[in-house]
Amino acid sequence: MESFTTPLLTGTSTGAILLIAALGLALTFGQMGVINMAHGEFLMAGAYTTYLTQQVVSSADVSVLLAIPVAFLVAGLLGLALEAGIIRWMYHRPLDTLLVTVGVGMVLQQLAKDLFGAQGDPVREPGWLQGNLTVLGYHWPYTRMFTIVLAVVALGGLAALLKRTRFGRQIRATVQNRDLAETMGISTRRVDRITFFVGSGLAGVGGVAVALASGTNPTLGTSYIIPAFLVVVAGGLGQLRGTVLAAWLVGVVTAFLTDWFSGSTAQVITFALVVVFLQVRPQGLFTVRTRGLA
Amino acid sequence: MSAARRTPLATALRGWGGLLGIALLALALLVVAPAVLSDFRLGNLGKYCCWAIAAVGIGLAWGRGGMLVMGQGVFFGIGGYAMAMHLKLEAAGPGNVPDFMQLYGDGTMPGWWEPFRSGAFTLVAIVVLPALVALVLGYAILKRRVRGAYFAILNQALAVTFATLLVATIKQTGGFNGLNSFPTFFGYNLYDPVNKQMIYSIAAGLLIACLLVVWHLGRSRFGELLVATRDAEERVRFLGHDPANIKLVAFVAAAVMASIGGAMFAPIAGIISPSDVNAAASILLIAGVALGGRASLLGPALGAIAVGYGQSALSESFPNHWSYFQGALFIVVILLIPAGLASLPPRLWAALPRRGRTRKAATA
Repeated sequence: MESFTTPLLTGTSTGAILLIAALGLALTFGQMGVINMAHGEFLMAGAYTTYLTQQVVSSADVSVLLAIPVAFLVAGLLGLALEAGIIRWMYHRPLDTLLVTVGVGMVLQQLAKDLFGAQGDPVREPGWLQGNLTVLGYHWPYTRMFTIVLAVVALGGLAALLKRTRFGRQIRATVQNRDLAETMGISTRRVDRITFFVGSGLAGVGGVAVALASGTNPTLGTSYIIPAFLVVVAGGLGQLRGTVLAAWLVGVVTAFLTDWFSGSTAQVITFALVVVFLQVRPQGLFTVRTRGLA
Repeated sequence: MSAARRTPLATALRGWGGLLGIALLALALLVVAPAVLSDFRLGNLGKYCCWAIAAVGIGLAWGRGGMLVMGQGVFFGIGGYAMAMHLKLEAAGPGNVPDFMQLYGDGTMPGWWEPFRSGAFTLVAIVVLPALVALVLGYAILKRRVRGAYFAILNQALAVTFATLLVATIKQTGGFNGLNSFPTFFGYNLYDPVNKQMIYSIAAGLLIACLLVVWHLGRSRFGELLVATRDAEERVRFLGHDPANIKLVAFVAAAVMASIGGAMFAPIAGIISPSDVNAAASILLIAGVALGGRASLLGPALGAIAVGYGQSALSESFPNHWSYFQGALFIVVILLIPAGLASLPPRLWAALPRRGRTRKAATA
């Protein structure tokens, strides 16, 4: 049983981080066709925000909670700057945004190296996350549970925003048919900007979870960006449930494969599985029928 | 893209300007460079030529075919490792096992190394292996009409996976250190400057050959279809062609070119390691192509050489800041001159007011 529950939990919590990262990507990719390769570096910015918050507020109990909104804001503002400074000039060539944001990611990564050093910094976990939850004799570390809770909260928040608010309706309208949304009086430019802010901010929140799980590191974004994109690709665009299911599957499948073989073999098999899966469903798990999505 | 009105002379010369450019490049690389550069600089230029060979392929797949091949490091690596394996076995001698296997492993050699003892097999493998991998992968991806960003992401994921696999298999591939120290190249002593110059000339000659292939493809019916697929895939489909097949040919050709580049890179650089073939290395290749001009004939090759040179020069002077330059290069080039440096002379030319030609016709 232990050999089953441990990878399941590890995979679910990895999937949770992937989900937080992929939600933001799916949002900006689905709506604007922008592929933000600097998204991983926003994750890294969130992790360093957690570290810095801990330097200011020394009590780990408080600082981690405080770091969540601050990281959202920091990463969100980075995203806003990226949109305003670069991306908005390139909406007519979405594939090129991929390369430009690769460049932005490199600059941010080097900046983090220069500011904080090439070595990572540890982040202390708060007292209330130490220890395990013991259910039926199995130990579930609180830090992993926290990551999962964080993902559920982020997902719930985003779902509420999209389904319940006026702004959420505007986002969905823009995703489904940009031109028609504009004729209804929606400022799609404004919607784009705010979507970018929210999507990038979510990466910052993901960064808090990453910092707790493995500390900070200037290059941590690179290890999450590709799996997160595979999640977006496999999940399909325009609906949250596809992203959720894909993130969980990628996380759990990778964890089991890592357990059975090795980390690198797991990576190879996961990649092969995604390619095979796209043979069956090129449009991803779920997708909205629309003329807006490519 | 093209100038609106052509004079009869320009029509007659169409495409031949490219050939002239290739001839000039051949002259510079094969005659001038060996005469004026030191052995060390010539070796460096040889490395850039290997990247340029891969870049010519990227220009074909990305610039003309619209496929953002972000994982060419994989094919570069297939060629590089195939060649390096042969050179390691050559150095070990018949019946013996490469040195690193005794160091890290138990001194036994995996069976799939055995055929690489044969030089002929290795040379065939350098062309056939990447073609097969690209064919299977490209067929799977392109036939299901996965394109645009999805295609690029899957490519990059492949590069990440490939590098991870190499790092993890230290007993079979040398792991993080890769394969290095090759004393001979098909019997020629690699410490001899004359032989070094010879393998440089082979690399430069292969670059010219690849450019000729792309020049010819660009003039052919296939080249027209490839560009048409890039610009309006659905229309090509409605005309009765299968865009997937057209793109597949370009993808496979690009993979083979990358592999050839890698195969020459190993003996010239004296090493092939995961850091030469991972996602970052693949992106560096793209940077050169973007800088030079993705859709132009000579742009990708010259851009790759320039980026290679820039990397060595800047890493020497500012070892910690190469990333800034590389990042800025992407941002500036893609944002401001998406068609690369190759597009600047025609644009400047068109901007000049001249008699007997309206500006409108020139820029249309």
